[in-house]
Amino acid sequence: MTTLTEEKIKFLEQKAAEIRRAVVEMLIKAKSGHLAGSLDMADIFTYLYFYALKHNPKKPNWEYRDRLVLSNGHICPALYATMAHAGYFPLETLKTLRKFGSPLQGHPHRDFLPVLETSSGPLGSGLSQTVGMALADRIDNGKSSGKQFYCLMSDGELDCGNSWEGAMLAGKEKLQNLTVIVDRNNIQISGFTEDIMPLNPLVDKWRAWNWHVQEIDGHNFTDIDRAVSEARSVSDKPSVIIAYTIPSKGIPEFERKWQWHGKVPMAEKEIEAARKAVGII
Amino acid sequence: MINSEQKLNPKLFDKDIERVSMRAGFGEGLIKAAERDKRVVGLCADLAESVQMQAFKEKFPDRFIEVGVAEQNLVTVASGMAAMGKIPFVGSYAVFSPGRNWEQIRTTICYNNVPVKIIGSHAGLNVGADGGSHQALEDIALMRVLPRMVVISPCDAIQAKKAIMAMAKTDSPTYIRLAREKSAVITTEETPFEIGKAQIVYKSNGKLDVGIIATGAMLYRALFVAKRLEEEGKKVAVMNLSTIKPLDEDAVIKLAHEAGALVTIEEHQIAGGMGSAVAECLAKHFPVPIEFIGVNDLFGQSGTPKELFENYNMGEKDVYEAVKRVILRK
Repeated sequence: MTTLTEEKIKFLEQKAAEIRRAVVEMLIKAKSGHLAGSLDMADIFTYLYFYALKHNPKKPNWEYRDRLVLSNGHICPALYATMAHAGYFPLETLKTLRKFGSPLQGHPHRDFLPVLETSSGPLGSGLSQTVGMALADRIDNGKSSGKQFYCLMSDGELDCGNSWEGAMLAGKEKLQNLTVIVDRNNIQISGFTEDIMPLNPLVDKWRAWNWHVQEIDGHNFTDIDRAVSEARSVSDKPSVIIAYTIPSKGIPEFERKWQWHGKVPMAEKEIEAARKAVGII
Repeated sequence: MINSEQKLNPKLFDKDIERVSMRAGFGEGLIKAAERDKRVVGLCADLAESVQMQAFKEKFPDRFIEVGVAEQNLVTVASGMAAMGKIPFVGSYAVFSPGRNWEQIRTTICYNNVPVKIIGSHAGLNVGADGGSHQALEDIALMRVLPRMVVISPCDAIQAKKAIMAMAKTDSPTYIRLAREKSAVITTEETPFEIGKAQIVYKSNGKLDVGIIATGAMLYRALFVAKRLEEEGKKVAVMNLSTIKPLDEDAVIKLAHEAGALVTIEEHQIAGGMGSAVAECLAKHFPVPIEFIGVNDLFGQSGTPKELFENYNMGEKDVYEAVKRVILRK
């Protein structure tokens, strides 16, 4: 079931386009960073911050907020752009990505940007941290705290043993207010996931650890909303949403190419193609 | 002579001195800390009985998380709990935690700046029969290099208990290393303890010939060597350096001034350990000759603790000879 109206979907699509434009500009200016994942998760970030999350950008430490942990910190340009658009800090700050003294470090660091839930970058530890948050909340509030714990992960970081250690514990503890969204873009830094280290059958793996598993189109807001709503309604196990996304979504010339995982447009032609595609020029 | 201000065990040099494991002190301290502060939670990696978290688990079942044999998960889950306001104590063997999960400790605990308390049991050669794979000799180096990490190495079970209770009151990421074997109870409930403060536990009257700085259960050996030296007419002081980081620089520099030569002794690799921390401090502020007693770039092996200490040149005789050597270097 979805509560998204057509008007709301249009709004989210516009927001996601703004965020993609910001991501492209930020990375061109920074001259380094991770383009593909930042663009392919723009829709999910937009949906979460502009529709699903219980949060208040003016009161970032509000105790009863939902928690969102970005495990694959390298796609932080999308997180930063979304948080700025949501009102956590001025849009101007986005220009400082990866510069000395910037709140927007190359990978997220709470010392520099305290509105983040965690610092991240090294892969494979975000799920366990989110599991810890949900466990701590359950100790204090039982199963009825009303908070939802979200962890955004990449598919590549499912190579890490730590990811599956967290998955096992969440299954054991039946953390019903934990929702993981896996960015299933099928690429990682040096190739396609199924060439580097095959993850399929990915659904079976999560089911085996007693998770509720859904597969969606990660660029379709109705799909995303249905899955997140269903995840919230599951009462006896944690939920994972495997979101199929197109790496570098929004720049047709770069889409689906793993080579754009860890780089940014540098050549004049590339910069022009990227800017044109997302509507900057 | 024994520094009376430290209120040490009056039976210190008796053959029948009470021996208790530091692990037991940890278990007791954890329950006391948890009774005082409901934010205290415990996590373990399938070693609750061995590291003595069992009593905590039984008394506070809702505040205990068993993660299985998964040390990376142990500390990352604890990091998440700490981010929600808990004070997690995580228990395992030091070879696995912080041995196996160093990067997770660096990023999710220190870089994130959350108050997770890491208990590394079975540190040092005293593990004995289990062999080299289980004898952590690198953990001080691994932990003291991390920004924000506090590193504690208590000398006995009572000090371990006090350290645990003190750790529960701070906001710092903290590592404490514990020995497996029962060790002599050197201190008493009345002995002062403060994180970051070294204690002079033995001091001859008059101008010192040498200072011995010990950490962990090796303090007991240092005291016997000091007694023998004093009986032979040497003037000696012994420092218990129970907090390795932050280093009590004032106390170390003062001892270097007074003694002019030092021997450090620890159940750890010489490289990167407590002696290195002392040397880093003194090279800058007041260089004096130092002899380092520790494991010299080798792995451990099976044997009784006594056999191992003798084999690795860490026995009482070795400390005594190191003192003689360092005095000649003055």
